[in-house]
Amino acid sequence: MRTRVDRIRDVLIGAWAVLAIVYLFIPIFVIVLFSFNDNKGRFNFTWQGFTLRHWKDPFAVEGLSDAMVTSLSIAALCTVISITLGTFVALAIVRYRFVGRGATNTLVFLPLATPEVVLGAALLGWFLTMSFARGFTTVLIAHVMFTLGYVVITIRARLEGMDLHIEEAAQDLGANQMTTIRKVTLPLIAPGIVAAGLLAFAISIDDFVVSNFNAGQTVTFPLFVYGAARQGVPPQVNVMATMLLGLALVLMFVNVAIQRRAARRDAALGPQPARV
Amino acid sequence: MQAHTTVVAGAVETADGAGPDIGLYDVTKRFGEQVAVDELTLEIPKGSFFALLGPSGCGKTTTLRMIGGFEEPTSGRIELAGRDVTDVPPHKRDVNTVFQSYALFPHMTVEKNVAFGLERKKVRRDELRRRVGEALELVELGALAKRRPTQMSGGQQQRVALARALVNRPQALLLDEPLGALDLRLRKQLQIQLSHIQREVGITFVHVTHDQEEAMTMADRIAVMRDGRIDQLGSAEELYDQPRTEFVANFLGSSNLIDAALVARQGDVAEFDAGGARVRVPSRLVDGRDGALCVGVRPEKISLRPADAGAQVPDGENSLLGHVTDASFVGVSTHYIVRTDGGHDIQVFAQNAGAGLETLGPGRRVAATWQPEYTFVVAKEAGA
Repeated sequence: MRTRVDRIRDVLIGAWAVLAIVYLFIPIFVIVLFSFNDNKGRFNFTWQGFTLRHWKDPFAVEGLSDAMVTSLSIAALCTVISITLGTFVALAIVRYRFVGRGATNTLVFLPLATPEVVLGAALLGWFLTMSFARGFTTVLIAHVMFTLGYVVITIRARLEGMDLHIEEAAQDLGANQMTTIRKVTLPLIAPGIVAAGLLAFAISIDDFVVSNFNAGQTVTFPLFVYGAARQGVPPQVNVMATMLLGLALVLMFVNVAIQRRAARRDAALGPQPARV
Repeated sequence: MQAHTTVVAGAVETADGAGPDIGLYDVTKRFGEQVAVDELTLEIPKGSFFALLGPSGCGKTTTLRMIGGFEEPTSGRIELAGRDVTDVPPHKRDVNTVFQSYALFPHMTVEKNVAFGLERKKVRRDELRRRVGEALELVELGALAKRRPTQMSGGQQQRVALARALVNRPQALLLDEPLGALDLRLRKQLQIQLSHIQREVGITFVHVTHDQEEAMTMADRIAVMRDGRIDQLGSAEELYDQPRTEFVANFLGSSNLIDAALVARQGDVAEFDAGGARVRVPSRLVDGRDGALCVGVRPEKISLRPADAGAQVPDGENSLLGHVTDASFVGVSTHYIVRTDGGHDIQVFAQNAGAGLETLGPGRRVAATWQPEYTFVVAKEAGA
C-alpha cells in the first residue's frame, strides 16, 4: 500500500531533482540564450531582444577566431600526445612489474591532486629557470602534463577489467608480445582510449589557470574571454561557446554509444571464474 | 616421500614404449614463500588423455601453465617431445590451451578467432580457410562462423575455444577446467564430445579438473595431485580399486578405512588385524610398505547378511561383525551404516538388484563380508 506520506515524499524528491538540474543548467542556458541577444553597446548582460546577427558572423571579432584556432590546435595535439603516452604508461603499470612502478603510479596522479594555481606557477618558474620561451609549446607541454593523469586512470581501468587470459590466449596461439598488443590488447582497450581522448580534449580546451601562467603572448579561447571581459564580452564568444557545447554533446553521445557497445560485449562474455 | 617415488616408477612405463610427449623433471614452482609445485616428475605418453586431478590449490593449474609456458618453473626441466622448452616463451611452444574462461577474442568473429593461430603461422589463405572450416565442423559450429563470441552460449563459446586450439594441430592440447563454468547437463554432454574428439584427432590432451567423476569418465590416465605433488598416478580403475593413499581413497568416491596392523604373511596372502577382526589382502599390496597402514574397502563391494541366525560367511572372505545403526533406501541401492564390534562405522551400499529384498533395519546384527582382492591398503596419514 502506498501511503500519503509515500506520495508526498516522491513529489518532494522529484522537485528536488528538478531544482538540482535547473541549478546546473541555468548558466549554460544563459550562455546559449545570450548568443541570440540583440545587444546595444559593448555589454551583453541584459536581454534586449532576439537576433541571429551574431550567428551570421561568428568570426567578426578580431582575435577571437585566432584564439579559438589556437585552443583547438593545442587540445588536438595534447589529446594525441596524451593518449599515446598514457596508453603505454597504463600498459606498463598494469601489465609489467618493474622498479619504480609504484612511484610511477603515484607520480602520474600527482598533477590531478595539485591545485591548478600551484601547478601553473611552478611550471612558469621552471620554464623561466630553463629560459624556455613561453608560448604555444609551453601551453601544450603543461596541458599534456595534467591531462596525462586522467588518461592513465581511464585506460588503466579498462585494462584492469580485461581478462588476462585473453592476452595469454593470443600468445598461446603464436603471437609475440608486439602482435598481442596490436591485435588483441589495443582493440580491446580502444573504448577506454577514446573516452580518455575525449576527456583530455575537454580538459585542455577549457583550461584557463595553467594556460594563463604559461602562455606568454599566445592567446587561447579562455584567455581571450578573460581579457575581453573587462571591456565587454562580444556575443560571438557565446556563439562559439554554444558551438563547442554542441560539439561536446555530440562527442559525449558517441562516447556513451561506444562504451555501451563495449559493455554489452563484455557482459555477454559470461562469467569469468577465478583460477583455481 | 613414498608416494613420490611410486609416481616416478609408474610414470616411466609409457603405453606403447614410445618416448613421452610431455616430460616434467624435478619441477618446482614457488610463489614467494608458497610452494605451488614441489619437485614434480611426470611423463605424459603420446596420444593419451591425461588428467591432473586434485582439490583447488594443489598445483594442478600451475603445472599446466608451466607446460604452456605461462609460468616459469623455479627449478627443474620441462620437455616437449624430447626438446627442452623450459625457457621457451608460450608463442614458440607447440601446445595450445583451452582456458577456463575460454578467453575468446571478443572483438573478432568466431571464424577470426579460430583463424588467429594459423594467421600467426602464415598459413596460405586457401588452406587456412579449409582448416578453419574443418575445425568448426569438428565442434559442430560450422553454421555460426560469422557470429561474435558474445552472441553465443557458454557451451558454444567453449567449443569455439576448443576449435581455436585444435586447428593448429598442436602436439598437445592443455585444458584448464574447460567445463567448469557450465551447468551439469551440458558438462556431461561435452565430456562425451571431448573424449570423442580426442580419439578422433589423436593429440595428447592434458586436462586439469577438480571433478573426480569428470577425470574418471574422460581420462585414460589420471594423476591425483595434492600439495604440489602427485599422490598417485594410474588409470581410473587402478586409482579407484587400489588407492595407495588415504587422500586418494577419499578423494575418488567413498571408502571405508580401518586402522590395521600386519600380523602375518603367507604366500600371496597377507593378514591384518583390524580392530580385532582378521582382514586378508593380496600380499603384493604390502610389498615395500612400512609405517602405519589402513585397510580399506569400497562400500559397494561389501555384502551384508543377517548374523543373528548364525549365517555362514563364504569361505575365504573377509568378514566384520556388527549391527546396523542406520539404513536409508535411495532407490538404486540401500545405504547402510554398520557399527562393527571393533567400534568402526562402515558404509555399505547394497544394490537394489532384485525385488522385495529385505532391508535390514537398525539394530540388526549383521556380517559385512567381501573378497580379499577387493581390499586395498593405504598409508595412514599423520593426524588423520
